[in-house]
Amino acid sequence: MKEKLEQIKAEALGKISAAASLDDLNEVRITQLGKKGALTGILKSMKDVAPEERPKIGQLVNEARADIEAALEKAKTEMERKVREAKLKKEVIDVTLPAKKNNVGHRHPNTIALEEVERIFVGMGYEVVEGPEVERDYYNFEALNIPADHPAKDEQDTFYVNGDILLRTQTSSTQVHEMEKGKLPIRMIAPGRVFRSDEVDATHSPSFHQIEGLVIDKNITFADLKGTLAEFAKELFGEKTKVKFRPHHFPFTEPSAEVDVTCFKCGGSGCRFCKGSGWIEILGCGMVHPHVLEMSGIDPEEYTGFAFGVGLERIALLKYEIDDMRLLYENDIRFLKQF
Amino acid sequence: MNTALSWIKAYVPELSCTDQEYCDAMTLSGTKVEGYERLDKNLEKIVVGQIDKIEKHPDADKLIVCQVNIGTESVQIVTGAPNVKEGDKVPVVLDGGKVAGGHDGGPMPEDGIVIKAGKLRGVPSNGMMCSIEELGSSRDMYPEAPEYGIYIFPEDTKVGADAIEVLGLRDTVFEYEITSNRVDCYSVVGVAREAAATFGKEFKAPDVTVKGNGEDVNDYIKVRVDDPDLCTRYCARVIKNIKIAPSPKWMQRRLAASGIRPINNLVDITNYVMEEYGQPMHAFDLDTVAGRQIIVRRAKDGDEFQTLDGQMRKMDSDVLMICDAEKEIGIAGIMGGENSKITDDVKTVLFEAAVFNGPNIRKSAKRIGLRTDASGKFEKGLDERNAETAINRACQLIEELGCGEVVGGMVDVKEPLKPLVELPFEPEKYNALLGTGIPAEDMLRIFEKIELEYHKDTNTITIPSFRQDLLGRADLAEEVARFYGYDKIPTTLPSGEATTGKLSYKLRIEQKARDIAEYCGFSQGMCYSFESPKVFDKLLIPADDVLRKTVTISNPLGEDFSVMRTISLNGMLTSLATNYNRRNKDVKLYELGNIYLPKSVPVTELPDERMQFTLGFYGEGDFFTMKGVIEEFFDCIGMRKAPEYDPDSKKSFLHPGRQANIVYEGTVVGYLGEVHPEVCDNYDLGTRAYVAVLDMPSIEGFTTFDRKYVGIARFPAVKRDISMVVPKEILVGQIEAMIRQRSGKILESLELFDVYEGDQIKDGFKSVAYSVTFRAGDRTLEENDITAVMKKILNGLSGMGIELRQ
Repeated sequence: MKEKLEQIKAEALGKISAAASLDDLNEVRITQLGKKGALTGILKSMKDVAPEERPKIGQLVNEARADIEAALEKAKTEMERKVREAKLKKEVIDVTLPAKKNNVGHRHPNTIALEEVERIFVGMGYEVVEGPEVERDYYNFEALNIPADHPAKDEQDTFYVNGDILLRTQTSSTQVHEMEKGKLPIRMIAPGRVFRSDEVDATHSPSFHQIEGLVIDKNITFADLKGTLAEFAKELFGEKTKVKFRPHHFPFTEPSAEVDVTCFKCGGSGCRFCKGSGWIEILGCGMVHPHVLEMSGIDPEEYTGFAFGVGLERIALLKYEIDDMRLLYENDIRFLKQF
Repeated sequence: MNTALSWIKAYVPELSCTDQEYCDAMTLSGTKVEGYERLDKNLEKIVVGQIDKIEKHPDADKLIVCQVNIGTESVQIVTGAPNVKEGDKVPVVLDGGKVAGGHDGGPMPEDGIVIKAGKLRGVPSNGMMCSIEELGSSRDMYPEAPEYGIYIFPEDTKVGADAIEVLGLRDTVFEYEITSNRVDCYSVVGVAREAAATFGKEFKAPDVTVKGNGEDVNDYIKVRVDDPDLCTRYCARVIKNIKIAPSPKWMQRRLAASGIRPINNLVDITNYVMEEYGQPMHAFDLDTVAGRQIIVRRAKDGDEFQTLDGQMRKMDSDVLMICDAEKEIGIAGIMGGENSKITDDVKTVLFEAAVFNGPNIRKSAKRIGLRTDASGKFEKGLDERNAETAINRACQLIEELGCGEVVGGMVDVKEPLKPLVELPFEPEKYNALLGTGIPAEDMLRIFEKIELEYHKDTNTITIPSFRQDLLGRADLAEEVARFYGYDKIPTTLPSGEATTGKLSYKLRIEQKARDIAEYCGFSQGMCYSFESPKVFDKLLIPADDVLRKTVTISNPLGEDFSVMRTISLNGMLTSLATNYNRRNKDVKLYELGNIYLPKSVPVTELPDERMQFTLGFYGEGDFFTMKGVIEEFFDCIGMRKAPEYDPDSKKSFLHPGRQANIVYEGTVVGYLGEVHPEVCDNYDLGTRAYVAVLDMPSIEGFTTFDRKYVGIARFPAVKRDISMVVPKEILVGQIEAMIRQRSGKILESLELFDVYEGDQIKDGFKSVAYSVTFRAGDRTLEENDITAVMKKILNGLSGMGIELRQ
């Protein structure tokens, strides 16, 4: 009996190691361990064994079964691994084949630059507001300290609808609307479209965009203006950017300044981009003129403030090295896709 | 304004700095230098030489061989110049030296031209004699130079001297950008005063004194001003025994560097004083002034007047004229008359230095169409006190240059001079505005440098009359800041109450629109706000349509930019066509921009500015692609109800069978459709194109960024397919509306999976198939729930004349 068991076991293990597929292994399970299998046959013939021998034989049978099952399991795992490997090998692809893209659209470079600027000022607690593009003379000029006879009002620059209504030439008009609301303090930026009577060419457009900034509060100083714009320039053009304030004149600010930043191409050493000067002019600014505050109903003895205006196209053209302003309004997809 | 640095140094003698230092310091104190040009750029090793001997070239008819004495030696130079003779003193560039340009006066090379010894037709030549063009200048600056040929120095010029120095070219011309408030700086004296203050050097203005001849000017001329509102001061002096001659070289050089061509002593003196003091002067031939009287008065409407350039010009009653006893002899502040102009035979001259009303001069110059150097100065509004100094300076120069005999005294007709402005001295207020702690005494030192006078007893500052821009505290704070140095002011951030940074709600919705459009493959374009009125015809918009009522620009750049758009499609279609004609494939664009709807025509109030979200594409996709973008957008901005599409949208510019109004909760919020083929033709767009326009103000009320979680269904869904044969004119939208209405709350979704017209379907019908999903949130649906609702739906279908498909 014992010999027979050994023989069955040896035969089973032999078949297992010879098995070429999962089906072969299954076949071994059925023929050896199944209801009609060899081991089951042994158990069935236990009645011929002496009763005192039965436990011993039973134990041997169980041991043989365990050995075969373990061998089967091991062979199966090995077999499955081989099958998966073969499958993976078959599934190799050429990863350099072209990507399947979703063809997502692109934002206009102006908008990308605008959102950058908005992000910086919103982070500093500024509200983004808007004003009308077709505007009253009063808001575009008079309330900004540009009286009727001022050369800045020259019709050469301004598109008029009639004597009183015009296309705004500067987003500064939005300052006045905000101040008139009477809610202080004010920290706002106002982006928007403005219009000047310039013929279309590589550097001019009769319609372009500005971003106006205005802060009004108690104890606002020129030093605050410098600090704010230095921070802005660093955020927009990089941590190493330096700013230079040059005295200038705007009717609605006093003192006024123009602001240059170190050229972000050469870092200030001078290149073709900054025409060798190392500096690039980016905006105009100043302390809100007391008369402007007064006209909008704010007491200049109690409140001071600063304002600044940035040309959006100027930033976009500089930042993205676009050499012709006309590209911004042509909407050629090959241009837009680059942003 | 362009000025030679040497002229500035004449009034700031201690000024010593490099060109770049001057440029930087002046810019930082507020006199912006736009650029500068060294007049001796690329001029090297050039001396004064004298031609000792001239011989013919042995092998060339047009060349001569010169022996030129340059002081230390004699050099042989071969030249083709036609104008030199023995004894002439000429500029000579020696071997290894440099000149700025060619003799033809064409564009100059960046690095100049190196001159090397060599042979010309076999004869050695060790240098070159120069024309004025080769020295980087022109006959405009050096009128005595010959038209073709070598520049010849005056006989008394020292041989061997630095020729560049002798020519006055060791100088740099600075170009300034003067801001409109600094009228005083449109003059050499004004800039020199700023330079002195900037560098902390002494400013020495010209010492103006006139001798006069002991006669009385009042015996020569009477002046009457009839319109003192337009002429606040009129100063007149008389010069007799005029001797017209060229002005001295130093004056010619200074004028030429400022871009003014030297003419003769008399003209040059008036131009010189205009540059020096910023006060335009005019000279009349006194013998042509009838009645020896000047009357300043307005012209009459319709008057015609011949200016000294020979042109006839039309006047009106807002133009101020200078007249004599009989006739008009000049347009005040703009240009003199042909009838009183100075000729070479002039004997007696009347000098005028007046102050005219700036805005009036500006407007008159514009109406007449004649803007001159003089009107450009007057329109800024001049200092009345300066006029007197300027006319006396001109007379001083007349005497110094021996140009004539100045008659004693000045006729001076003026309104009372404006009193000088007095401002309180408030150092702590200046510091508070600037964020600085500058000591009061430092501020006073700055004020002193720019001639602001401090009175200790009243603690006030007297503003000189030439500083018309200083009117208040902030102006004085700026003066302090300018000379203290903007760069020395600290940098701080605003303190005080914290504020919340945010976008307005409207801008947040627009940001979402951009996001969704881009996710859906559309790129952002930008279009002009103004366009041509012809756009309406291109878009087939009917003649009486309200869209043709526009906000119209009264002074447009041209008809193509003359009306504010009332519809956003022109820009979109133009952009699509641009892309199409450049053979770009599958182009999808969107734009966010305003239209401008007038509230009344003619426009009396501001128009309604409405933000339009415009989408357009050609290439891959169809009507329903566009519809998908709209619905994605609505979903994203909280418009979760199904929009309706009304095909009866009547848009002339869209395909009549492929257009719809987009209706949300009963409100038309926009439209979409395929562009009408005729419109495509008008735009030269040779393919089908689809557009959608959403009126953002109409949408805003329906939008929300609030979201609420609804439990994910736990009970099973039941699905039923309905296949039907539908009369063609019934829209699937109508079927859907009926199914939604009849299914009630248990309808989860409704999905159209087939629409078919063709062979198997009888004429006038289409086959439509829906998959309908029911689910209840609180229980498993029973068979009889489904049967009941399906029965309602089927009844509804048959009520619409729809049959179930077998």
